Amino acid sequence: MADGGWISRWPVLRQLRGEDGRRDAARSARTDALRPRTEQAETIARSVCPYCAVGCGQLVYVEDGKVTQIEGDPDSPISRGRLCPKGSASKQLVTHPGRQTRVLYRRPYGTEWEPLDLETAMDMIADRVVRTRRETWEETHEGKEVRRTLGIAGLGGATLDNEENYLMKKLYTALGAIQVENQARI
Amino acid sequence: MAECHPVGFQWVMEARLRGAKVFHIDPRFSRTSAVADRYLPIRAGTDIVLLGALINHVLSNELYFREYVLAYTNAATLVSERFRDTEDLDGLFSGFDPETRRYDPSSWAYEGDEGATTDEMREGGVCHAEAAGSDSYGARGAGASATPPTDPTLRHPRCVLQVLKRHFARYTPEMVAELCGIPPEDFAELAEAITANSGRERTTAWVYSVGWTQHSVGAQYIRAAAILQLLLGNIGRPGGGIMALRGHASIQGSTDIPTLFNLLPGYLAMPHAQRHEGLAHYLETEGADTGYWGHRRSYLVSLLKAWWGDAATEDNDFCFGYLPRLTGDHGHYTTVMGQIDGTVKGYFVIGENPAVGSANGKAQRLGLANLDWLVVRDLTLVETATFWKNGPELETGELRTEDIATEVFFLPAASHVEKEGTFTNTQRLLQWREKALDPPGECRSDLWFYYHLGKRIRQRLGDDEIDRPAKELTWDYPEEGEHREPSAAAVLREINGTGPDGRALSSYRELAPDGSTRCGCWIYCGVYADEVNQAARREPGSRQSWVAPEWGWAWPANRRILYNRASADPDGRPWSARKAYVWWDADRGEWTGHDVPDFDLRKPPDYEPPEGARAEAALAGTDPFIMQSDGKGWLYVPSGLSDGPMPAHYEPHESPVLNTLYGRQANPARRIYDRPENPYNPSGAARFPYVFTTSRLTEHHTAGGMSRTLAYLAELQPELFCEVSPQLAGEVGLVNGGWATIVTSRTAIELRVLVTDRVRPLRVQRQIIHQVVVPYHWGHEGLVTGDVANDLLPVVLDPNVYIQESKAGTCAVLPGRRPRGQALLDLIEEYRHG
Amino acid sequence: MAERVGFFTDSSVCIGCKACEVACKEWNGVPDDGFVFRATSYDNTGQLGADTWRHVAFIEQDGRWLMSSDVCKHCTNAACLDVCPTGALFRTEFDTVVVQPDICNGCGYCVPACPFGVIERRERDGRAWKCTMCYDRLRGGLEPACAKACPTDSIQFGPLDELRERAAARLERLHADGVDEARLYGESPEDGVGGTGAFFLLLDEPEVYGLPPEPVVTTRDLPQMWRWAGGASIALVGAVAACFLGSRR
Repeated sequence: MADGGWISRWPVLRQLRGEDGRRDAARSARTDALRPRTEQAETIARSVCPYCAVGCGQLVYVEDGKVTQIEGDPDSPISRGRLCPKGSASKQLVTHPGRQTRVLYRRPYGTEWEPLDLETAMDMIADRVVRTRRETWEETHEGKEVRRTLGIAGLGGATLDNEENYLMKKLYTALGAIQVENQARI
Repeated sequence: MAECHPVGFQWVMEARLRGAKVFHIDPRFSRTSAVADRYLPIRAGTDIVLLGALINHVLSNELYFREYVLAYTNAATLVSERFRDTEDLDGLFSGFDPETRRYDPSSWAYEGDEGATTDEMREGGVCHAEAAGSDSYGARGAGASATPPTDPTLRHPRCVLQVLKRHFARYTPEMVAELCGIPPEDFAELAEAITANSGRERTTAWVYSVGWTQHSVGAQYIRAAAILQLLLGNIGRPGGGIMALRGHASIQGSTDIPTLFNLLPGYLAMPHAQRHEGLAHYLETEGADTGYWGHRRSYLVSLLKAWWGDAATEDNDFCFGYLPRLTGDHGHYTTVMGQIDGTVKGYFVIGENPAVGSANGKAQRLGLANLDWLVVRDLTLVETATFWKNGPELETGELRTEDIATEVFFLPAASHVEKEGTFTNTQRLLQWREKALDPPGECRSDLWFYYHLGKRIRQRLGDDEIDRPAKELTWDYPEEGEHREPSAAAVLREINGTGPDGRALSSYRELAPDGSTRCGCWIYCGVYADEVNQAARREPGSRQSWVAPEWGWAWPANRRILYNRASADPDGRPWSARKAYVWWDADRGEWTGHDVPDFDLRKPPDYEPPEGARAEAALAGTDPFIMQSDGKGWLYVPSGLSDGPMPAHYEPHESPVLNTLYGRQANPARRIYDRPENPYNPSGAARFPYVFTTSRLTEHHTAGGMSRTLAYLAELQPELFCEVSPQLAGEVGLVNGGWATIVTSRTAIELRVLVTDRVRPLRVQRQIIHQVVVPYHWGHEGLVTGDVANDLLPVVLDPNVYIQESKAGTCAVLPGRRPRGQALLDLIEEYRHG
Repeated sequence: MAERVGFFTDSSVCIGCKACEVACKEWNGVPDDGFVFRATSYDNTGQLGADTWRHVAFIEQDGRWLMSSDVCKHCTNAACLDVCPTGALFRTEFDTVVVQPDICNGCGYCVPACPFGVIERRERDGRAWKCTMCYDRLRGGLEPACAKACPTDSIQFGPLDELRERAAARLERLHADGVDEARLYGESPEDGVGGTGAFFLLLDEPEVYGLPPEPVVTTRDLPQMWRWAGGASIALVGAVAACFLGSRR
C-alpha cells in the first residue's frame, strides 16, 4: 500500500479493478493494521484471579502504565486458561471509574465525606489505636492475666494475601487486640 | 459448583465425559443441577438426616471397605462405659448441662481415657469449647490415647463401629422422605451409586460449600460426610475426599495464617486465661504427645521467635506472656454485640463488607454506628463505609446521620494486580502473584497499610510494660519503591522460617523446640525452601504429571492429597493399579509415588512403635492420619467437639417442621444471642410458614463490592430476586417479574419475583413445604442496588466454630413492595408478635 | 488465504456461566447493554445486538434447564455482507464476516438482511456492530476471547472442518447415550445460508433457543432479482427511448 497511497486502496477503485468487493477489496487500512493489543504489552504479569478460591491463573498485560487485558493463563494446571464471568471481568475490576483512589474522611456527626491526605489519615489512625488501646487496656480478667484490649477489633482477610494476614495478626496480637476475624467464620 | 466455581467445574464435566455420575443435592435447582445426572431437591437444614441414612445403609448392609476401616479408622476402638447416646437420652448425648447449655465431654472418651478430659479447662472441655476450641482442629484432632483398647473383630458392643450402628439405626430412608423430602427410590439410587463407586478400584468424592457449614449444626454436617467417606475408604485416595469449595481467593490462607480470634498461625490455639498458666502448661494441655502434633513446642517456639526475635529467650518463655489471652468467645458476632454495647470502640474492616455480608445486617450497622472510629479499606465505597449516609436505618428513622458519632476513614486499597503476594486456594495451594503495575492515587496494599501503621504505632508507644510486646516485635522488612512498600517476599520468607544459620528452612521437620529456629507458620515451612519462592513456580501443567507438583506449592510439604498413606493398603501396596497414588518401595526402603508421601519417608509398613515413643515415632507403619494422636481417621470423636461425638440431626433454630428423630428440636448446644437487636422467629409459628435460604449467583461475588460495581457483571444480574415455585406464587399471589416482600422477625425486604418450575415444593411430614431461595449479593451502593438479603437472618451459631445459620430459616412472603419508613417497622412489629 | 475457522458451541456442556459474554466485552470494549431485570430465567441481556455479541439463552422446561451461548453465525452466504453498500462488511481471510467501524456509515441495510437478527445499529453512534470472531486476535494467532474463557469448552474454536468432525462424534456419543433430542444446527453446507461458520449442538428444536428453524439468506434471490431488474430496466430504457423517438417524429 505504500506505493499506491490511499487512493489506490479506495475500495471503489479496487472493486473496479476486479478485486472481490466483499473480500480484500473492502479492507480499510485500519483493518489491515489490526493485531491483538496484547502484542503491544510491555509486561505480562502472572497473576491469580481475586474472586473465588479455585485459584485460576491470570495473565495481566500492561502497556503505557495501564492494564490492557487480563485473561486466563493456559499454563495453569488448575484452570487451563479459562475464566468465569467474574474472572473475565477482572480488567474492569481494576480499571473501572467507580474505583476509589483517594482517602475519604467522615468526621463525627458529619453529613458528607471530606478529602484527607493519606499521610494525615495514617497518623490519625495510629493516634486512635494508641489512645483506644490505652483507654481499654485489660491487664487481668477475673483474676487471670489477659494483657489485652477489647476496645479494638478487626474484620477481613479472606480476600487478602497470606503475607498481609500475617502482618495483621502479628501486629494485632502484639497490641493485645484479640477480636480479629474474617469471612472464614461467616 | 457450576454456579459458584465454574472453572473448577470443568473437571467435573470432564469426569462426566469419562463416565462419572454426578448427583446434585441442594434446596435450589442451580446451574449445577442443570448438568448433573441426578438432581435431588432437599429441605434446607436436613443434610445430616440424608448423610446419616447413607451411613446407616453402609453399616447395616456391611458395605463398608472393611480392610481400610479396620486398619485406618478408629472403628475397633472401645468407647467409655460412661458414654450415653442420643438413643438413650432422646436427642442428648451424656454430659449435657441444661443450665449452661454446654456439654462436659469426658464421658465421650475412649475406654481408659476418661480421666484425661474431666477437667473443663482442658482441650475438649467447656472453657475450650467456649473459645471455639473445636475450630483449632484444622490440622489435627484433639488429644486422645495413641493405644486405646480395641476389638479387631468389631463385635464388642462398645467398639466405635457398633456404637455408630446403633446411633444411626434410626436414620432410615423413611426418615429421609419424612424430613428431607427425598423419596425412597431417589435415596436408593444415591446409596447404590456411592457404594458401588467406592472400594479398591473406585472412589467417590463429596463437594460442599457454605450450604453445609452455615448451620447451627454446621461442623457436624462435615463430620457426617467424613464418617461416610472413611467407611467407604474414600479419604487419602485419588478421586476421593471431601472438597470444601471456598468463596474468597484466600479464605483458606486466612484460616491457615488466621485472622481469626481463636487461632495462631498453623492452627495453634490462642492462649486462654483460665486454661493456660504459661508456655509449659499451654503445651501440656493443647493436644497429645503422639502424632505430629507432638512437636507443637517446636511450632510454637519458632513462631514466638519469628515474632519477638532475640527478645524471646528460654528464660522468658520465649515471650509467651506477650500473647493476649482469651476468656471465651471473641468471634465476629460477639464483637458486633460489643460494638452495640459500647465496649468495642475502634474497628478495622479490610476487604470485607459486614453491612451486607453478615447475618442480621441491622445489628451490624447499629454496631458500626456506635463506634468511636472505623477504618474501611476496599476498592470501592462499600455499604460498610457508607452506613451513616445510605444505610436502611436512615430510611426507617432508626438512625440519623447527624446523630452518628462514628469517625470514618475510607482508605482505597490496591487491587490484586497492583501488589505481589500469595493466595492459598481451596486446595491448600499457595500461588504467588506478580505485581503488574503500581496502584493508582492513594491506593495501597494492605501489607503497606499494616506495616506503616505498625511503624507509626511503635513510634508512639512509651516504655510501659504494656507496650513491650509491640516495641519488641520484629518489624523490619525491606522497603521497595517510592511508596516504601514492604517486601512481600521477605514476609513470606519469615513465614517459611529460618534456621540457626539464618538460611531459609526446607521443612517443618527442621523446626526445633529450643528457640534456634524461627517460623511464622509451621505448616507453610518449605514454601521458601532453598531460598526459592516455591509458590512462584509455574511449570506449565501440560509439561508435568497430572498431580502437577511443580505449579505453586501446597501445604504441608507440597503434598497435594493429605493422608495419602491411605492410598496404599496396610502392606504399602496400592489398593488397585487404577487407584495407585503413593506406595512403599521395599527395594529402596521408602515411600514413593505420584505425590509427596504424607508419611515418614522411611517408616516401613510393618513398623510398630516402641513403648513410650513420642510424636510420629508413636504411630505405626499403618497409621496414615499422622496429625491424629492415634494415627486413625475418626469415625467417632472422643474429644474436641462441643455438641457431641457423632452427628445428630437437629432442626434449624427456625424451622416450620418438628424434629421427629428426637425429642430435641434444635441443637441443644447452639449459640443464641437473646437480645432486642436479634429477635427470633418462633419455631413452628404459622405466620412464618416458608423455609428461607440464601444463595449465590455466578455473576456476582459475595457481598457485591467486586461485582455490583462492574457494568459487565451488573447487567447480567441487575436486581435482587427470589425464586419461587408456581404453587407458592399462586398461594401468595406473586407474579413473574413483579415484586415480593419477604418478612422475618428482623426486617422485611423487597425483591423481584422469578416464578420457576425449578423450585419444587417438597412433601415433608405429609405436608407441602415451600422453600424461598434468595441470592444475597445486593446492597445500597454500586451500579445496581437492592435490599440486603442477610438483613432477614438472625444470629444463631454453630457451637463448635461459631458460624451463623444462614442457610435455613423461616419467613413469610407477601405480594408487592415493602412499606417504607415507620410503616416498615410497624409491619415487623406485627409479625414479631403475631 | 487461511483455513476457514469457526465456532462449535456444544450446548450440552454449557453451564450458563456467561463467561463468554463478559470475555467478549472485555476484549472488544463492547458497552454494557443496560441494567434490566427481564424475569426470563437468568437471561437479562435478552438477545444478540450491537452491545451483546455473545448471548446465553436460558430455557426452563419441565425438569430441564437448557443453556446455550448464541453468536453471529458467520454465514457461508452472508446477506449482511451482500447488502452492505459501503464495503464496511467484508469477508476475512479466515472466511469470517466482519464489520469495519471506520467504514460503516450506519445505513442499516444489514440489519433486516440478517436471517438470525444478529447485527444491530448501536443507538449511541449509529453504526452497525456484531461479533468479529475477535478478528484482531485471529490475526495474532490467538483464539477468540469467548472460546478461550469458556470453562467447560462448550465454545470450541478451530478450523471448521475439524469442528464439524468433532461435532459429529459428539452427536454420535450423545445419541448412543440415549440423548435422542441432540441435534446439530448450522453445520450443514446444504442449509439456507450455505452452512454457518458458527454452529451449534442443541438439545431441542432451534425455535426453543430463539433460532430460526430454517434460516435462508435473504439475498438468495438477489441474482434472479437483478436479472429481473436488469430486464425491466432495459425495457424501461427501450420504452423511454421509444418515447423520445416517438416525440421526434
